[in-house]
Amino acid sequence: MTTYKDGRRILSAPLSDDDLRSLRIGDIFYLSGTLTTGRDAVHRRVVEEGRALPVDLRGGVLLHAGPIVRPLEGGGWEMVSIGPTTSMRMEKFEYEFVKATDVRLLIGKGGMKENAARACRDFGCVHCVMPAGCAVAAALSVEEIVGADWLDLGMPEALWTCRVREFGPLIVSIDAEGRNYFEEKKAEYRRHKDEQLARLAKELAFRE
Amino acid sequence: MTDTIARFIGFSARQLPDDVTAKLRELREKETGALPKVLYEAMFRNMELAAELSRPSCQDTGLVQFWLRCGTGFPLINELEGLLREAVLQATAETPLRPNVVEAFDEYNTGTNVGRGVPCVHWDIVPGWDGCEIYTYLAGGGCALPGYATVLMPGEGYAGVSRFVLERLTEYAPNACPPLLVGVGVASSAETAALLSKKALLRPVGSHSENERAARMERLLEESINALGIGPQGVGGSYTVMGVHIEHAARHPASLGVGLSVSCWSHRRGHLFFDRELNCTAASHAGFQP
Ligand code: SF4
Repeated sequence: MTTYKDGRRILSAPLSDDDLRSLRIGDIFYLSGTLTTGRDAVHRRVVEEGRALPVDLRGGVLLHAGPIVRPLEGGGWEMVSIGPTTSMRMEKFEYEFVKATDVRLLIGKGGMKENAARACRDFGCVHCVMPAGCAVAAALSVEEIVGADWLDLGMPEALWTCRVREFGPLIVSIDAEGRNYFEEKKAEYRRHKDEQLARLAKELAFRE
Repeated sequence: MTDTIARFIGFSARQLPDDVTAKLRELREKETGALPKVLYEAMFRNMELAAELSRPSCQDTGLVQFWLRCGTGFPLINELEGLLREAVLQATAETPLRPNVVEAFDEYNTGTNVGRGVPCVHWDIVPGWDGCEIYTYLAGGGCALPGYATVLMPGEGYAGVSRFVLERLTEYAPNACPPLLVGVGVASSAETAALLSKKALLRPVGSHSENERAARMERLLEESINALGIGPQGVGGSYTVMGVHIEHAARHPASLGVGLSVSCWSHRRGHLFFDRELNCTAASHAGFQP
């Protein structure tokens, strides 16, 4: 479901197909609802060892992150700090991971490549990025940690399921058609680089 | 002194140095695109919350590094390394900092932020002086990745140096959390150039080399890297760097060493000064009470 508040576009998880297909690369939005963290070790378990996730991610949200979590007196957990980790490390596993879990929104840091883009195209999934280095603001939009699974993987690698409110800003990096924002941008940056190198070569001929 | 340094490390994990904050504010004003604006807004909100709630601003509190400029007459010169190590242990527990130190080969996290050779301490010894300047730096993992050093053929010249810098940044900057501070070392060999590139990051943002040509090259590189269009967090924008700093040393006629070190927007550099009575001032952070 999509709502608007103070000019902000807010999507609520679980996300409908319509929500997902309405997102285009470069779009900005915020997320309310439930998300689960998972990074390297979770991907390896699911893809390499073929294990089933203890969390139902169908139509759900996976955040590539290794949070700092503190146990609360009297049970439960508190989110101290949470920020996205580099999504590219999951690239190798992402097609199989999306296929196995039916997750529909991936959030991380930096772009992903063809394997993730193929998953987005084939399954109507979306990858987006959130600003890194903003761990305090992000932790404050976590209202409650509602699940902690695979804790044997250690705090950063475990599956933390969180109820979040207006989590973001999120920027769409790969949309459900498989268009890839960062790859398109990179081609642009490379073109600019060639122009700049030609200019610098002329300017920097220092002699004795 | 240990206690002051420990408190300062914690403080610098929560609040960016004054020059960095000012520069980010300037870039925020100058960016016009919708995406950069939203990102700067999120970054500034986070800075305010980190200060208000006394929490580290980025979840990656980095590896602690020190660069010392220490007089031979400084009364605690013999104790300094031990004391810095102690300060890191203390700051890790009190701030708290994320444990980030993994022992090489044995591949386990020490849990304390100290380990073999960590915190790393570089020394510049100043004969006949009794003061001590301490530069602190929290080196994040993401912005360490673009780091690189190599030795070029001198025939490649300064155009070759700029090619080295631009090619590396085009590929690696988008993921290193720009706007970046870029340090370039120009010297004779890989290790001297690499070390100077790190030292360059410790200068105040926007300062320039005292060598006129090097200063010109700093400005040219800054313009050119900005013109790549990478922008904050790599989403596209007009400003990719907070500045380019070049440090240089003389070289062998047959080699041109060049090194690159990069810091992310969360450039957690600090600068403390202790006199012989151990009175302390924090040049980088006006808000810190020694
Ligand atoms: S590169 Fe800097 S801002 Fe980005 S996650 Fe690492 S330490 Fe934080």
